[in-house]
Amino acid sequence: MEILLIIALPLLGAGLPLLTERFGRNICAISAALGPALSLILILQYTPALLQHQMFFLHQPWVPQLGLDFSLRLDGLGMIFALMILVIGLLVILYARYYISSEDSLGRLYALLQLFMMAMLGIVLSDNLLLLVVFWELTSLMSFLLIGYWSHRTEARKGARMALAITGAGGLCLLAGALILGQIVGSYNLDMILNSAALIQAHWLYPVVLILILIGAFTKSAQFPFYFWLPHAMAAPTPASAYLHSATMVKAGVFLLARLYPALSGSDLWFYLVTFTGLATLVFGAYNALFKHDLKGLLAYSTISHLGLITMLFGFSSDLATIAALFHIVNHATFKASLFMAAGIIDHETGTRDMRKIFGLARFMPVTATVAMVSASAMAGVPLLNGFLSKEMFFSETLKLDQLGNFSYIFPLLATFAGIFAVAYSYRFIHDVFFNGEPNKDLPIYPPHEAPLYMILPMAVLGLLCLALGTMPNLLVSPLLHAAAYAVLGTDIPRYHLAIWHGFNLPLLMSFVALGGGLLLYYQRKGLFAFYERGYRVDQKVVFEKRIQRLVRLAQRCTDAVENGSLQRSVAVIIGATLVMAAVEFWPLGNILGEIPLTPIDGISVIMAAIIIVAAVVTVASHHNRYAALLALSAVGLVVALAFVRFSAPDLALTQISVEVITIILLMLALYFLPQLTPYESSWRRAIRDMVLAGGTGIAVGLFTLAILTRPYDTSLADFFIANSVSGGGGTNVVNVILVDFRGFDTFGEITVLAIAGLGVFLMLQGLELPVPRTDRHGRQWTRDPYPIIITVLSRMFFPLALMVSVFIFLRGHNQPGGGFIAGLITAIALILQYICSGTEWVRQRLPVDYGRMSVVGILVAVFTGMGSWLFGHPFLTTTFTHLHLPLIGDIELASAMIFDIGVYVTVVGAALLMLSQLGNLAQTIDPHTDPDFTAEST
Amino acid sequence: MEALVAVVIAVLVSCGVYLLLRARTFPVILGLTLLSYAVNLFIFVMGRLRAGAPAVIGSSETYADPIPQALVLTAIVIGFAMTAFLLVLSLRARAELGNDHVDGGAAIGEKPAKPVRPLEEDEV
Repeated sequence: MEILLIIALPLLGAGLPLLTERFGRNICAISAALGPALSLILILQYTPALLQHQMFFLHQPWVPQLGLDFSLRLDGLGMIFALMILVIGLLVILYARYYISSEDSLGRLYALLQLFMMAMLGIVLSDNLLLLVVFWELTSLMSFLLIGYWSHRTEARKGARMALAITGAGGLCLLAGALILGQIVGSYNLDMILNSAALIQAHWLYPVVLILILIGAFTKSAQFPFYFWLPHAMAAPTPASAYLHSATMVKAGVFLLARLYPALSGSDLWFYLVTFTGLATLVFGAYNALFKHDLKGLLAYSTISHLGLITMLFGFSSDLATIAALFHIVNHATFKASLFMAAGIIDHETGTRDMRKIFGLARFMPVTATVAMVSASAMAGVPLLNGFLSKEMFFSETLKLDQLGNFSYIFPLLATFAGIFAVAYSYRFIHDVFFNGEPNKDLPIYPPHEAPLYMILPMAVLGLLCLALGTMPNLLVSPLLHAAAYAVLGTDIPRYHLAIWHGFNLPLLMSFVALGGGLLLYYQRKGLFAFYERGYRVDQKVVFEKRIQRLVRLAQRCTDAVENGSLQRSVAVIIGATLVMAAVEFWPLGNILGEIPLTPIDGISVIMAAIIIVAAVVTVASHHNRYAALLALSAVGLVVALAFVRFSAPDLALTQISVEVITIILLMLALYFLPQLTPYESSWRRAIRDMVLAGGTGIAVGLFTLAILTRPYDTSLADFFIANSVSGGGGTNVVNVILVDFRGFDTFGEITVLAIAGLGVFLMLQGLELPVPRTDRHGRQWTRDPYPIIITVLSRMFFPLALMVSVFIFLRGHNQPGGGFIAGLITAIALILQYICSGTEWVRQRLPVDYGRMSVVGILVAVFTGMGSWLFGHPFLTTTFTHLHLPLIGDIELASAMIFDIGVYVTVVGAALLMLSQLGNLAQTIDPHTDPDFTAEST
Repeated sequence: MEALVAVVIAVLVSCGVYLLLRARTFPVILGLTLLSYAVNLFIFVMGRLRAGAPAVIGSSETYADPIPQALVLTAIVIGFAMTAFLLVLSLRARAELGNDHVDGGAAIGEKPAKPVRPLEEDEV
């Protein structure tokens, strides 16, 4: 379980700096260091056992169907990486405290760094290949966020996007490779995979797996030709560059090579792909690094070159080369992180990173200069420093290769060539910046000062580490290296000896050639720089952005081909596609008619059907004359209500008929503000297309209905509700009992939707100004008497009657057709009638109710009723009931469901009146008869 | 009887869909209303056609299926809310855009104006 904590602590700690940021930068930094420090202590506790080649596992199923388990393993390889991640991470946290200016959010940087730390630790501790890929993607995301930390800068955004595109694409390849690998082995468990080398390499998909996984590793480790994102990632704050883009994240690629080394290495394909990619990257990076004038640019290309070196060593597929690779991973992390910190200090103190402007800083910042010299010497491979040791091992390994026969000498030759350039750029980093004359007076910050002590400290610790590892390798690093090598190579680790002095031999000679040649090269730099500048060079950023743009345009064209901004077209496409899919799905049905015979048709039904059909067709046919279409539509609704009566659904009929009234009133009100005629604008082609679509959909739904109705169906659910309605819900009207009791929670959701729609209508009408027509479409004036006296008097007489009916319907609802919904609608209609006949103002004076509030109150009543059952220890909306005998009305039932139904009632009244009264208000705001300014609308 | 119901639903759907495909907001709303009648009927008849058997205990020997009825009851009310919202949306669109075309205004025979997002300067 403690292994999990190693990953979880930085994750848990990620929130801390955000919270503590306001208490000052020191506390913020300390809180940020808390999680990683605890993780480090944890892993140090494991170290003694790990050095004895023990392994620790944690297994937790996650998505077992996919083979994705949350399995962790802690072995020597994981340990050496985890130590690196945590130690350098802590140093970077200290460094960033002084690097980030007070204008930027330190807490955010710390949070991102810790999340990255979590992801990176996840990679090195995963025991499941899919889990590893998950963490892998997380590091890409965190890298994206960190490169884009200064999101207001263009190059930060572009660099971030490029890094994400390249490493993200690589991550997808890795995922594909991992999936195939898992299919071959039959498990994603690393132990299984690592022990199946023979099986994997004999499989015909091995080349595919290898190439996909290598693309993942190479994109992450910035190998040629995927290297170009790394220089642009330098737009990140320097702590992130030092940490992610030199010491840890870019090592994820080579870590993967090491992790899968037992399973994938040993074949010719592995040798050629990995070695030559590494070689190309090594030479290309070293060559370009010399010519970069930006300090971080130089370091970025140098990082690329060193990653190439490590990759190449893995490609050699020899045990000693693997050990050298692991050793160089550690060494590179120490000296390169230290150099990045030095570059950050120089940037911080002079305001620029351009080596053409910075000279002679040694006098101003002696400590930084000294430490940088040590680290740069390590990078160049100067004896007594750690870089020398691993580079010697590298040189001696290149001499052992014989795969290319007589041409094998190109490996040591090119290695020495890259070594020369490495010395030259390392020397340039020191000489150009710290010596080479006096500093320019026109530096952004002049005179430069030495950085604060605690900013130098992390850099100095790493510099000292270079020296210590270089002089006492056997004491400090051998045991760790041995444990890591054991994890990669297994038991048969060859005898090797980390020593400064191996006697005079060829590798030593290569080192001296590199040192001498490098110095020589540097002093000839003028001509070389001129030569380099002459060369034609494409800016990868421009190329990349151009391709991205082209891709976006292509995507836009594809989108436009389907969606051109026309709703009609979108609806047509959706309906057409649905139709096709439905046809494909139901084609195998064969027979439309099922086994149940059709019931006989009676005359009344035929008449009703005929009315519906005719009215519907008239609605369509007359839709250019909107008022006529509306009248036809209302006929459809009324007969549908009759159909509900015909087929034993009195509740539905009541609801339908009241909703129909409200809907038609609403449509008429709205039509007042809209053109009265619909223009003829559809081409005949479109009309035919729409007819085909409409006809097709209608026929499909009709056939579907027929197919269902003639097949048997399961009535057990219906039987349950019918059987339990009285005993469980205390009501004989099963539909109402379902609504307010069995499925009360659904109803609760539905009245909420209703109230939200009411509020939506209310808000949408705020500040709405519409031209009000003075005449109807024939040019006739609207009547000057908006409230005719007869209808006004009649409506007032009806009002109490209507209210009484609604109370009656409400009270009987639980046992007879009725209930809150229907009663609410009837009350709403009664009130709307008053609005129509007497005017908004008249009603408002007599009924000063805020309908929006009313609908919310209704919901609250329902909620509190539901919560009331908690008091008795029952779940939400459990009902209880008792019977009561009232004179005249008869036996009624007092159920808590009834209070819920009151909530429904109030909500329905509130929402319906909110909608209608608002719309009615709109008509009254501009009185066409008194307002001289209004203009008649032109249709 | 089943065939008759199927025909009614088919006609309602056809008319609804045809109006749904029109270019002006009001016919579209009419179409949606027709379509919701059709859908309500469709869900309702999933409980099969039973005459004279309302789901009120004690009113008859057998009972119609109450579940589709409960579903449709709330569907009718919510359908009303949706219609109201769409109506007001169309009014708002009319006020903001000056016309009642579903695409916000395109004359006859003219392609609807497509909002094109101009590329930002630093995206080049």
